[in-house]
Amino acid sequence: MASTITLEVYRYRPEEESEPVFQSYEVPLRSDWVILDALNHVKDQEDGTLSYRWSCRMGVCGSCGMMVNGKPVLTCAAFLESYAPDPIRIEPLQHFPVVRDLVTDVDDFLGKLKSVKPWIVRDEEKPVEEGEYIQTPEELADFKQYSMCINCMLCYAACPVYGLEPDFTGPAAIAIAQRYNFDNRDQGNDDRMDVLSHDDGIWSCTLVGECSEVCPKDVDPAGAIQRYKLAGAASWWKSVLLPWQNR
Amino acid sequence: MGTTEGPTYDVLIVGGGGAGLRAAIAVYESDPSLTIAVVSKVYPMRSHTVSAEGGAAAVIKPDDSLEDHAYDTISGADWMCDQDAVEAFVNEAPKEMLQLEHWGCPWSREEDGSVAVRPFGGMKIQRTWYAADKTGFHMLHTLFQTSLKYDPIERFDEWFVTRLLVEDGRCQGVVALEVATGRIQPIFAKSVILSTGGCGKIFPFTTNANIKNGDGMALAYRAGIPLKDMEFIQYHPTGLPFTGILITEASRAEGGILVNKDGYRYLQDYDLGTPQPQPVLRSMELGPRDRLSQAFVKEQEKGRTLEGEYGHYVHLDIRHLGEKVINSKIPFVRELCLKYENIDPVKEMIPVRPVIHYVMGGVHTDINAATPMNGLFAAGEVACVSINGANRLGSNSLTELLVFGARAGRAAAAFSKEQGGISSGIEAQVLDEEHRLKALLSSDGTEKIADIRDGMHKAMEEGAGIYRSQDSLEQSRNQIRELQDRYRNVAVQDSSLTFNTELTSVLELGYMLDVAETTIQAALQRTESRGSHQRTDHPDRDDENFLNHSLAYRQEDGSPRIDYLPVTITKWPPGDRVYGK
Repeated sequence: MASTITLEVYRYRPEEESEPVFQSYEVPLRSDWVILDALNHVKDQEDGTLSYRWSCRMGVCGSCGMMVNGKPVLTCAAFLESYAPDPIRIEPLQHFPVVRDLVTDVDDFLGKLKSVKPWIVRDEEKPVEEGEYIQTPEELADFKQYSMCINCMLCYAACPVYGLEPDFTGPAAIAIAQRYNFDNRDQGNDDRMDVLSHDDGIWSCTLVGECSEVCPKDVDPAGAIQRYKLAGAASWWKSVLLPWQNR
Repeated sequence: MGTTEGPTYDVLIVGGGGAGLRAAIAVYESDPSLTIAVVSKVYPMRSHTVSAEGGAAAVIKPDDSLEDHAYDTISGADWMCDQDAVEAFVNEAPKEMLQLEHWGCPWSREEDGSVAVRPFGGMKIQRTWYAADKTGFHMLHTLFQTSLKYDPIERFDEWFVTRLLVEDGRCQGVVALEVATGRIQPIFAKSVILSTGGCGKIFPFTTNANIKNGDGMALAYRAGIPLKDMEFIQYHPTGLPFTGILITEASRAEGGILVNKDGYRYLQDYDLGTPQPQPVLRSMELGPRDRLSQAFVKEQEKGRTLEGEYGHYVHLDIRHLGEKVINSKIPFVRELCLKYENIDPVKEMIPVRPVIHYVMGGVHTDINAATPMNGLFAAGEVACVSINGANRLGSNSLTELLVFGARAGRAAAAFSKEQGGISSGIEAQVLDEEHRLKALLSSDGTEKIADIRDGMHKAMEEGAGIYRSQDSLEQSRNQIRELQDRYRNVAVQDSSLTFNTELTSVLELGYMLDVAETTIQAALQRTESRGSHQRTDHPDRDDENFLNHSLAYRQEDGSPRIDYLPVTITKWPPGDRVYGK
């Protein structure tokens, strides 16, 4: 096996380049290195000007998502060897504006996250002194999967709908909305319906399912959307046709 | 790229992890009319709280008591913590944890729907709340998502704080760099809370994320505030070799065992009890982290560890728990082993070795999170209250974020309401800072960042690790001083203003070097062994001379001067740390 591998890295520095270019770096091909290790090697030893985000290197902070050979992945969980011996093409997550090099602007996602009211909504708060809300393991299991989203945004990069319609609320934000909708402590379904049932909400989704394919945490946003379409649609129609019953 | 103009807030919080977000909400709870800014060098949900796995301690079950939680914490800390702070901590912990439950944290549950608890190292009763083995992740996302509902909480995401603004003896804001644009500007405030986390990255092998560079510690230290107890650094006994990825203590709480190269449960040779088929609280694998990490070194000296490409290791065996328990109680352990170590712990033993995990020391604060400087507060790992003393118990740090984050928020809110405007003349400091940063960007230095960083790692690991001595520490001190000199000639290739991570790396390296010096100096002058601080040349605890916190002050020449402050004892006089009995 070759002892090195080539990274073809997307470079874009708005102060210096009007168009993105690809730059090649040859890095050691080590069996325990992930792509992120190789990028760190480049940054430390070869080219201090390469910019990218990373932090935990254990697949939970959600910072280091990039397009690798055209697919969105967490680069901390992608071993070099699984791509060898061919060159590895590394680009910023698609569908997001590029700030510089491999860094994208993710504020759009944060706005969408906030729009689905990702917090417990209650008509009446129980005082903390009265103890915890009761939630059985089964009730927890009903939403737990959707609570595993690390906001890495691979699903947005994979979603063809988001690529065409940037206003689409998108997989992660909808999954997180569902995480609260299915939490028995929450009473905010109606509040979230305005966003989710909007044209840019769940109905934009064409059920391609790419989001669930690329999700590193098996959140299954496609399933969350489908579940809303099935269960949510009924109550949505009800609220439209019989508004006095719900409000 | 710079301006001396900036917005003014009532409370400014540096760091958007667990402590910072809890503080922000506490400010709002104190007075919804106050203006609040959270300035963080990463988006808050990227903060290192996210990596915490095992759980968070708070007394909630009928068989438990606040007294027991306090005693476990104090004895675990080798009597180095302030007992009034510990009492406040254990008292407020249940309420804070319940509050997080009300905000939606998906705590694991008992069959009856109440919150479940698990055992943890050094605790004599099961009191650790958990969300499977992604407790920190769920706590952080719950806090972050909840914070979104409070409009007065404004965020400066990916703004890097480079300096505290102090005028008239009062902290009145910060200078910060907007990473995306290179813009440098002041953000003024009537009070500032530091919640930037720890500094594990001063060592080479650590569970800490890349962002853990002691930023807040160095900011405070440079502003004249002492760092307390910096010699106490925790090694977690079970990290994966090479990556340093943490394998949670919960894996041992659920029944995992540590064995040497002969398959022998070696902890029985180190005064930690006798092996039993089921986990026993405060015994063997559920002893405190300092003692387990020290046992590893002794075992290595006896030639009974295994040796691999990344040094010595032992085995953590959880196979006997079975796939079902592993998948339900510690699924992340399996995921991490599969993805990063290419082994399946259902079928194979996990190679582990001690790894730098947590710094007990930090910015000196009182029980209300106030530092000695007016208007400056600190909470979380960046701070030293102290409840963690010479060795933190697992599952106390996540709870600490909540209890002292909330305390900091309340105290800062009260302080801000008493303050007038921002002092005139503060602009001069902003201009100074802008000049310093611009000079860095256009520097023609020749020293590589990575070389200096590697040098620091080597100095810390070889001289200030699990066991230390006067010789090893003096050598480390000399090395760090030399690196400080080289740092003044550091090279910055990247002169771009847009998302310049080389510039932020240089600034972080500067923070780390300052913090590393305090650790070494405090360790050098503590001529006793206590908790995580083990001196081969002074192997015994010395309560007569060292039942004192160290305080490291920065001197004119940049080097630290160590002073001491007595430990507060309320009910529990220093005693022996007994485990396995």
